Amino acid sequence: MQQDYLRPTSLEAALAALPGRQVLAGGTDILPAEAGAQAWLRHTPRPLLDISALPGLNGIEASATHLRIGALVTWAQLRRAALPPGFAGLQQAAAQVGGAQVQNRATLLGNLCNASPAADGVPPLLTLGAEIELASPKARRTLPLASFLHGNRSTALAPNELALALLLPLPPATARAGFLKLGARSHLVISIAMAAALIHVENGIIQHARLAIGACSAVAQRLPLAEAALLGQPANPALLLPEHLDALTPIDDVRAPATYRRHAALTLLRRLLETLA
Amino acid sequence: MTTLLVNGTAHSVTAAPATRLSAVLRDHLNLTGTKVGCDAGDCGACTILLNGAQACACLVPLAQAQDQAITTVEGLAAQPLGAAMQASFLAHGAAQCGICTPGMLMAAMELLATTPNPTAAETETALGGVLCRCTGYRKIIQAVMAATSLPSTTPPPGAVGQSIPRLDGLAKLTGQEQFGADTAPANALWLRPIRSPYAHARFSIGSAAHLPARLLTAADIPGRNSFGIYPDIKDQSVFAEGYARYRGDCVAALLGDRATVEAIPWADLPITWEELPAISAEAALTAPALHPRWPDNVLSTGHLRSGEAEPPAAHTATGTWQTSFVEHGYIEPEAGWAERHGDAIHVHGCTQAPYMDRDEVAAVLGIPLDSVRIIPSACGGGFGGKLDVSFQPMLAVAAWLTGRPVRTIYSRPESLASSTKRHPAHIQASASCDTTGRLTSFNFEGSYDTGAYASWGPTVAGRVPVHCMGPYRVPHVRARARAILSTNPPSGAFRGFGVPQAAIAQEALWDELADKAGLDRLEFRLLNALRDGDTTNTGQTLHHSVGLAACLEALRPHWHALRAARRHSAHRRAGVGIACMWYGIGNTGMSNPSTMRLTLSPAGRLTFHNGAVDIGQGSTTVLTQIAAQALGLPPAAFHLVLYDTGLTADAGKTSASRQTFVSGRAAQAAGEALRAAILRRANAGPDAQLALTNGILTVNGYPLALDTTLEGTGSFDPPTVPLDANGQGIPYATYGFAAQLAALEVDLQLGTIHLQKIVAAHDVGRAINPILVEGQVEGGIAQGIGLALMEEYLPGRTENLHDYLIPTIGDVPEIETILVEAHEPQGPFGAKGIGEPALVPTAPAIFSAIRDATGARITRIPALPHRVLEAIRHGH
Ligand SMILES: Cc1cc2nc3c(=O)[nH]c(=O)nc-3n(C[C@H](O)[C@H](O)[C@H](O)COP(=O)(O)OP(=O)(O)OC[C@H]3O[C@@H](n4cnc5c(N)ncnc54)[C@H](O)[C@@H]3O)c2cc1C
Ligand code: FES
Ligand code: FES
Repeated sequence: MQQDYLRPTSLEAALAALPGRQVLAGGTDILPAEAGAQAWLRHTPRPLLDISALPGLNGIEASATHLRIGALVTWAQLRRAALPPGFAGLQQAAAQVGGAQVQNRATLLGNLCNASPAADGVPPLLTLGAEIELASPKARRTLPLASFLHGNRSTALAPNELALALLLPLPPATARAGFLKLGARSHLVISIAMAAALIHVENGIIQHARLAIGACSAVAQRLPLAEAALLGQPANPALLLPEHLDALTPIDDVRAPATYRRHAALTLLRRLLETLA
Repeated sequence: MTTLLVNGTAHSVTAAPATRLSAVLRDHLNLTGTKVGCDAGDCGACTILLNGAQACACLVPLAQAQDQAITTVEGLAAQPLGAAMQASFLAHGAAQCGICTPGMLMAAMELLATTPNPTAAETETALGGVLCRCTGYRKIIQAVMAATSLPSTTPPPGAVGQSIPRLDGLAKLTGQEQFGADTAPANALWLRPIRSPYAHARFSIGSAAHLPARLLTAADIPGRNSFGIYPDIKDQSVFAEGYARYRGDCVAALLGDRATVEAIPWADLPITWEELPAISAEAALTAPALHPRWPDNVLSTGHLRSGEAEPPAAHTATGTWQTSFVEHGYIEPEAGWAERHGDAIHVHGCTQAPYMDRDEVAAVLGIPLDSVRIIPSACGGGFGGKLDVSFQPMLAVAAWLTGRPVRTIYSRPESLASSTKRHPAHIQASASCDTTGRLTSFNFEGSYDTGAYASWGPTVAGRVPVHCMGPYRVPHVRARARAILSTNPPSGAFRGFGVPQAAIAQEALWDELADKAGLDRLEFRLLNALRDGDTTNTGQTLHHSVGLAACLEALRPHWHALRAARRHSAHRRAGVGIACMWYGIGNTGMSNPSTMRLTLSPAGRLTFHNGAVDIGQGSTTVLTQIAAQALGLPPAAFHLVLYDTGLTADAGKTSASRQTFVSGRAAQAAGEALRAAILRRANAGPDAQLALTNGILTVNGYPLALDTTLEGTGSFDPPTVPLDANGQGIPYATYGFAAQLAALEVDLQLGTIHLQKIVAAHDVGRAINPILVEGQVEGGIAQGIGLALMEEYLPGRTENLHDYLIPTIGDVPEIETILVEAHEPQGPFGAKGIGEPALVPTAPAIFSAIRDATGARITRIPALPHRVLEAIRHGH
């Protein structure tokens, strides 16, 4: 029994063929999941739409206002790109996704469309105010990342939609950003918790702060209370308080209990602020 | 039709576009150098270069490789850089079992293409996606860093004590080594075990007439439908009969052509399940019997009582510990194939114990022992997990019934679910010492969760009481270890047989007693250390080769230097820990003989018939060095006939750290016997010089013509005396000793552990091949790190290598190995064993260091960050 597999070379053909098929980019989420299912004979092959041969989707392009990251851009491309310091957090995340083999093939957009609560790309992209561009045969639309991600393995993608690109507004030239990931080993590890921050300090005073935490809720979240607490203040980690993380809803799982996750998230955030200040 | 450019050659392949590139390379192009350990991107064994960039071939659909340039391990030797890397791996001893090696080499190639002289950090980043379970990574890092600047030296001839590269090393670097999944006849049928998804269930199997493949069940077994390690305990079914005792218990197997079998969905199987409540080891003590034979669910109990009156004590320490299931995590999942030859059956595949496999297969088929031949493939790691049979009986049954060759390759989840594990131990222990710090008593109560079947549970229950007080003089010991059945995976043999768990308790108590007695923690251990002439708690007097004090003395300068170098920072506190161990070499109070054979033909062909399976630990090389030394000819003169029950004599299993000691002694005897035969013919004195050049044997320079094949056979069975009800006897002929230091930092806010350095002093009697010994030490330490900090198998929840974490290249710090040689007169040239000893002290040394840094006592293991943090909070 051969699995239905299409690898179109034009966007039109891809969009026309899309309904009923699962999009495959780097395959680093799809193929491992198949192996797990096959092991217990629970595998039901779905028709695949391989987008890796589509033209024009593998670039990182900068305009005056935005960075545009195509759907086929890999973590390795992102890690190696020469980008302003405001993208440092995203690049640090890129360097910590899986190992080099995964970074060489896995796409940033695949990470988002897969919508894992532990997706390392999401927190830094939330701090960057990322928007995601979706295409269907008839229309294109752009959604803020937070509206695109609905929950664990759930997104706003319609069955006939493909994610084409990420749009990242250029942060202020003096903005600084970082990403911290916590796991139980040094490489190849799914995060227990991770934190991203993008801040902009002028004359010792925080002018602009965006903070996000991942793996502590079904979808990674910005922390508006924490951000508000920092604005107009000197960068001082003690300003960040446990109650600023009240909106998080961490779970207990094989990696860690919820209480630890919450605690670790705050610790990571404070450390980030310390290094960025 | 897809075109691939592999190692510079274009190939056309007809396969579905979604086929994993790893499968295409292996199954269609017969390039089996690319290994598969998980099909999930987690192990990196399948790493290849795709347009120069490292990629997991298991995650690349064939369609994406169309017209792309692919480099596999088979293409390395033709490239100068590739050849240099292979040479460097060989010279550094960077490949042990070799299953990870192709992936390591390919990842390193990507790095060296842009960075010819990488730093250690660059190397770690580049190789971070490839797991190795054998080496502890340090030698791999060294090999990569030195690849482009390897000095061209000729290795020494290979006398005992010299580090020569592994004799079986080259094939591991070129992709030519054949592991269990690498060969099978093209017409082989595919066997797919069907396993219980429930920890505990009743089931019934209906008609399989609707299936496009055959369903083998218990009813198809021609002989005895059971197996087990002990001759009198055959409690595990090949195919369970109506009752499954763990998630992974095998109930049936599909048999047919591979594509058909793999397409059969679970829902089509004619099996009806009735799930029953799972029973933990704790609950089992009051639950109905899981096996009628053990009504109280206690499989086995080991006792030790030594010393009548307890000397007066000044200080006491007590504690309770809980460890977890630990998976062997060999990178090669179980795989093999079987074929019927008339009234005989041949079974090929990875194993640690071919002779035990033979016995089981014969009984399951109901045929004589000599109708079964086990032909081990290369073994991609074992560590105790490939001692029990897995695929062998069912493949044999399938091949026997159909007359067709039959193969199977376990998936990673199947391997994890079905294979044995390290016993989780619940330990309560207390110890006392007098005012001067001399130990007065030790009490130990260990409950080991032995899971659904006996496997090696009785061995663990037997070994633990002997070892649990450690290598110390303790006048009064009361110890009990019980192996308790449950509906968990069978716990079996895993590097140390329960001793690593016990060492965690014992060494933690010593730290507390040392502190209470006001003694330095190293000096406390030295004060109490066993020495030559001491009598152990089993009543055995150790006349020789008690090298613990020498190990501790060798560590002392490192201990002080590392302690002086502790630097605390805002969030981190530094600590240095210490732990010791001893380990009885060979089976506990039981015969475990080995026989080795050498022949020299009239044509001058010198052949070593060596039945000891080399699962990566290096026995092929070490035993040849020993035989060579005893014979008086260099290892290079030897042709090797390796482990095959049809060709070699029984060397016993590769476990219990016994091959160097037991088979080594047999190899020495074989070498001596052949030498004696030669000298008799030549009428030469004992110091005669032998040489073998171009098939001509010379004795003291004079050619010696042979009209018949000369033979030298040697056997050795270490002398032991079985333990009595109080654990008294001579359980082992000799013991390995070791002490290790761990230096680390603890993140006080996150509970993460950052290892800085391990210094390991091991008394191995004699290091036959020092670089191989170091490799065992480093690999054992890496597994000890995993046990201490991250490994926890939870059935159904950590059934893959991204949820079940083993150390990566970045998790093993610098290791300094100090080899202590306290000559063992019974061993070959004084040697003992090292396989298991290396692992035992690591976890306790790490916990000792955590306590040194923070005052926290780790009692729930592994010490995941949240547990460390909790312990720190409790500690204050
Ligand atoms: C060993 C290993 C380690 C890993 N480690 C990490 C880690 O540390 N952190 C982390 O966050 N992730 C990790 N991952 C997960 C994975 O690599 C990432 O999520 C990756 O970025 C997914 O990208 P992909 O191109 O491979 O996606 P694919 O597997 O091709 O697709 C993923 C999902 O997204 C959908 N999709 C992909 N592209 C599009 C598109 N353009 N439009 C619509 N839908 C689309 C697919 O249909 C699928 O549902 C790891 C994976 C492996 C195998
Ligand atoms: S087999 Fe591909 S990563 Fe394990
Ligand atoms: S040598 Fe690396 S897994 Fe065996």
